[in-house]
Amino acid sequence: MPRDTLLVFRHTIGPVLRSPVTIVISMVHPVLYLVLFGPLLENLVRVPGATNSWQVFAPGILVQLALFTGGFAGFALLPDLRAGVVERMRVTPVSRTALLLGRVLRDVVVTMVQAVLLLAAAAVLGMRAPVAGLALGLLLAAVLSGALSAASYTMALSLPNEYQFAPVVQSLTLPLMLLSGVLLPMALAPDWLRVVSWFNPLSYAVDAERALFLGDYAATDVLVGVLVVVVVFGFTVVWGTRSYRRRNA
Amino acid sequence: MIHVRGLARRFQTRRATVDAVRGVDLDVAAGEIVGFLGPNGAGKTTTLRMLTTLLEPSAGSAEVAGHDLRREPAAVRRRIGYVAQGGGCSPQGRVREELVLQARLHRLDRDRARRRVDELMDRFALGDLADRTTATLSGGQRRRLDLAIGLVHDPAVLFLDEPTAALDPQSRAHVWDHVRALNADHHATVFLTTHYLDEADALCDRVLVIDHGRIVAAGTPAELKRQVSGDVVEVAGPRLAALAEIAGRLRGARDVATTADSVRFRVPRGDTALPELMRALDQASVPLTSVQVHHPTLDDVFLAVTGRSLRDDAPEATRAA
Ligand SMILES: Nc1ncnc2c1ncn2[C@@H]1O[C@H](COP(=O)(O)OP(=O)(O)O)[C@@H](O)[C@H]1O
Ligand SMILES: [Mg+2]
Repeated sequence: MPRDTLLVFRHTIGPVLRSPVTIVISMVHPVLYLVLFGPLLENLVRVPGATNSWQVFAPGILVQLALFTGGFAGFALLPDLRAGVVERMRVTPVSRTALLLGRVLRDVVVTMVQAVLLLAAAAVLGMRAPVAGLALGLLLAAVLSGALSAASYTMALSLPNEYQFAPVVQSLTLPLMLLSGVLLPMALAPDWLRVVSWFNPLSYAVDAERALFLGDYAATDVLVGVLVVVVVFGFTVVWGTRSYRRRNA
Repeated sequence: MIHVRGLARRFQTRRATVDAVRGVDLDVAAGEIVGFLGPNGAGKTTTLRMLTTLLEPSAGSAEVAGHDLRREPAAVRRRIGYVAQGGGCSPQGRVREELVLQARLHRLDRDRARRRVDELMDRFALGDLADRTTATLSGGQRRRLDLAIGLVHDPAVLFLDEPTAALDPQSRAHVWDHVRALNADHHATVFLTTHYLDEADALCDRVLVIDHGRIVAAGTPAELKRQVSGDVVEVAGPRLAALAEIAGRLRGARDVATTADSVRFRVPRGDTALPELMRALDQASVPLTSVQVHHPTLDDVFLAVTGRSLRDDAPEATRAA
């Protein structure tokens, strides 16, 4: 299975390596938030324990990056579905999990390259955070983007036609982002909004990332966030594998 | 190689229930080229997708390449090749890479994959295209690549869905040659679908005619045509009524019909009926200006079993061919 996963990974990373610009193009959104929105917070938010607002804002943008790059991953599957590549691969002995994980791995790698660029930009803008916290934060973002990309592929495989994919993904990612406290901590939210955000797995990821960037490795937020992200990852991979295995359309 | 009993598939859409395949029985022996002939929407692709493990049957059972379709789909996949109606190359992939990938997905090690791909690039005349992006290939080149991809692991059974649809006549002939060679030199069993009569006739050892999800006729092309019982003879001359009368007296003549400028009738064999007709006309001094013998085509077969002509939905290219 690892061998099959690598084969599929190498196949899908091909176009990215041939035109690396695509990596930058799909991170425009988070970068814009970082550069055009982040500075507004410098005088607005005072978080206890943080030396500056970037330590709170950058982890949120990291989660946003994982959300967009992972969540939109299914777009890359649509032309392959249309061209029959997916069916062609399904008529080989390759494990269905590898068919999914090979693609997920590509998205994780792309997200990580983007995340490093993003954090470098944040550092230029004034973010300061412990190196260990940054590394752990990247790791968590990697698993998160994998979970979201698996979910995105599952949707691309399950929707009856490809034109439904864009509206569905867009109408899911935006509320997921707004309800996770990516831009501002949910502590500022009224009660009802905060309650709604409890049902959003991304909220826990954001809280964990913030704790990691503050160097607060033993915080409950970290444990809960890691657990939620790992469980969601496991769930989406099983779900995605099943939609590769399912033979119904 | 393929044994199918009662295979059926129903699609449930929001608006309607479609019985795409309604209980198909078929057997394909090792080394045969069998054609699935039917109009668009007959259920050919659906049947093929079930036999290649892509689609779960609603009912029925099948054994493909020695393995049960439902219980051992992975074993079936190892031993079959499938070329879909629209092919299956990645638009951004390159010719050689696509082949190597497929070989590796079929568990060939790096060395064997390289050798096998070299061999196939040679056989399918893809050598000059090795680094081309598949999106830039012509229709015929794409089809050759699709075939090569389907053959990379030397499958025991090859499934081809409309292998020459939308190809120019020359490319079609090439594809036919490749399929024949594959069957003759490599003893591959080939199961193909087509809505082209000439393709079924020229390429297949046996033809299964499918319509509305059911097999309505089966046999070698010659057997099927014999079922339509006989050739049609068409004669013309200035005295049509006399022509018709004499034609009607020929041994075995049936269905005599007079049109505006000719008389048509059916006889078991046109070649032996003609001398007899000539003699009879000579004796009666009935002049003859032209005579034609039409041998039955698979279209006549289709017409006889379904009441419709297959040509009605054939594209211009086939009519010309
Ligand atoms: N995924 C599907 N959902 C609903 N109906 C389908 C689906 N696939 C095929 N059909 C219907 O099943 C019938 C047979 O289709 P198909 O097997 O593609 O025919 P053919 O390949 O002979 O042209 C058609 O009426 C088609 O509309
Ligand atoms: Mg079809």
